[in-house]
Amino acid sequence: MKQVAVLGDEVEFTEDERDVDPDYLDFALNEWDSYATEEALRLVEAAGSGEVVVVSVGDEDAEDAMRRCLAMGADRGIRVEAEAQLDPIQVARALAEVIQSESPDLVFAGVQSSDSVQAATGGALAGLLDMPSVAVVTKIELGDGKATANRELEGGLVDVVEVDTPALLTIQTGINEPRYATLRAIKQAEEKEIDVRQPGDLGEPGYRVRKMFVPPKGEGAEMLNGGAAEVAQRIKEIVQERMA
Amino acid sequence: MSVLIVTEHLRGQVRPITLELVSAAKELEEETSIAVIAKDPAAIADQVDVEGVAEIVGVKVEQDEFESDVYLQAVEQLISDRSPDVVLVGFTVNGMGFAPALAAKLGIGFASDVFALRRDGGDLVVERSFYGSKVNAEVEFPGHKRVLLMIRPTSWAPAEGDGAAVEAGLEASISGSRARHLDFQEVAAAGDVDITTADFLLSVGRGVGEKENLGQFEGLADKMGATLSVSRPLVDQGWMPSSRQVGQSGKTVKPKVYLALGISGAVQHLAGMKTSGTIIAVNTDPEAAIFNVAHYGAVADLFEVAEELEKLY
Repeated sequence: MKQVAVLGDEVEFTEDERDVDPDYLDFALNEWDSYATEEALRLVEAAGSGEVVVVSVGDEDAEDAMRRCLAMGADRGIRVEAEAQLDPIQVARALAEVIQSESPDLVFAGVQSSDSVQAATGGALAGLLDMPSVAVVTKIELGDGKATANRELEGGLVDVVEVDTPALLTIQTGINEPRYATLRAIKQAEEKEIDVRQPGDLGEPGYRVRKMFVPPKGEGAEMLNGGAAEVAQRIKEIVQERMA
Repeated sequence: MSVLIVTEHLRGQVRPITLELVSAAKELEEETSIAVIAKDPAAIADQVDVEGVAEIVGVKVEQDEFESDVYLQAVEQLISDRSPDVVLVGFTVNGMGFAPALAAKLGIGFASDVFALRRDGGDLVVERSFYGSKVNAEVEFPGHKRVLLMIRPTSWAPAEGDGAAVEAGLEASISGSRARHLDFQEVAAAGDVDITTADFLLSVGRGVGEKENLGQFEGLADKMGATLSVSRPLVDQGWMPSSRQVGQSGKTVKPKVYLALGISGAVQHLAGMKTSGTIIAVNTDPEAAIFNVAHYGAVADLFEVAEELEKLY
């Protein structure tokens, strides 16, 4: 799981222009990861036994998002220490060591993170672990040594896949309704264990950012000014003209 | 220098992304091969024989439909055989199913959701977004001779024109498939309405806040003579059926007028509506990505604008 960065209305870049100045960022639990955590909790609850371990790569601040998952009911956390921004393949390398040491029955990752939208960490991890995988899963049924997973294709089509387990599945939003943590659970989560580990060799990144910039925006978009009444009036005029 | 494209097909039909990849490859002006991994590659090859493709490589496998292990092994063998400098795959659900795994396994350069690419001197430079599409970046691949790129759908127009590609084959050895296709299912068949044929869509998103607020917009759509559609979060919450969902995982729409209220404009949403005739967007966030594709925009509260619209109709 990942603590994602949320950029507000204003942005400044670091001096080398390769990233956003962290002062302009807020942080939150990645939306996809709350669905992945919920799905893991449900499967363990249905099985009657088992453990949900949340794993993240990041600095100490990333533990805030991990505690959100622990408050939902995950049993413990493992954080792989990383200061710098890593690309998905390096993150997968950092995660691979932890997964190997845990020998889980299933590995879940969010389909993508809301900030970088790479949709790659889970898949890269499966590649490194040589694990069977299914991407963009909206339904899971566990069987004996295998599982049936629905893969959400473009345009509203579902591919039903039979996958050997242990397997890695990337979880899509909407697969379930993530539970809210009670205040009591949030307090209890503070006491849960987060094991901090040092990464091994993360190797070369898959890419490097040369330069970040604010995208050219509003090309052709004529902004309607004034209050709500004026905006509504203009919308009505535009609609009438275009629908005529 | 050479480019290898991986064809995406479903039920015997090549998906639009594949021809978009051919257009993307043209930007590099390099020898382009396109691989067709299928039970009967010859049945699909014709569909990808378009201008810009020098060679079609058929890879015969046992499976009709996409399976991640099959593509992983076949593309790995294609890369080893053809030694392409750049491999292009769609930033699609199938692409996500094998491309990141392959890139990690081979330790090659990798970037996903790429919407622009070029050579700068000899170096490959591509563009992708960060921070929820609020920031774009030029991305480079120092130290990587080979790069796999996953290309954002609808970033290029599909390639057209008759091709004169040479047809070749590759004997791939596939050692098994641990995630097997069983069946396809249509989600929420038909539903109550077909948003793809509507001339005027009033589309609402996360900005509506609560399910209870949806009624107001259903009423407004009625009054304005529009059909109500929604963005993904409202379907994920179970507030609206997926038959009303606009976007990559929902429906692609092209109405005369698309009025977006409280939709920030995630990439997957924009892919499903950006070719609409006239796009009007209302959002409280002046940086919302929807304004990048809108013809008219207003930084305003959707509830206030909705109330004023109701008075006018």
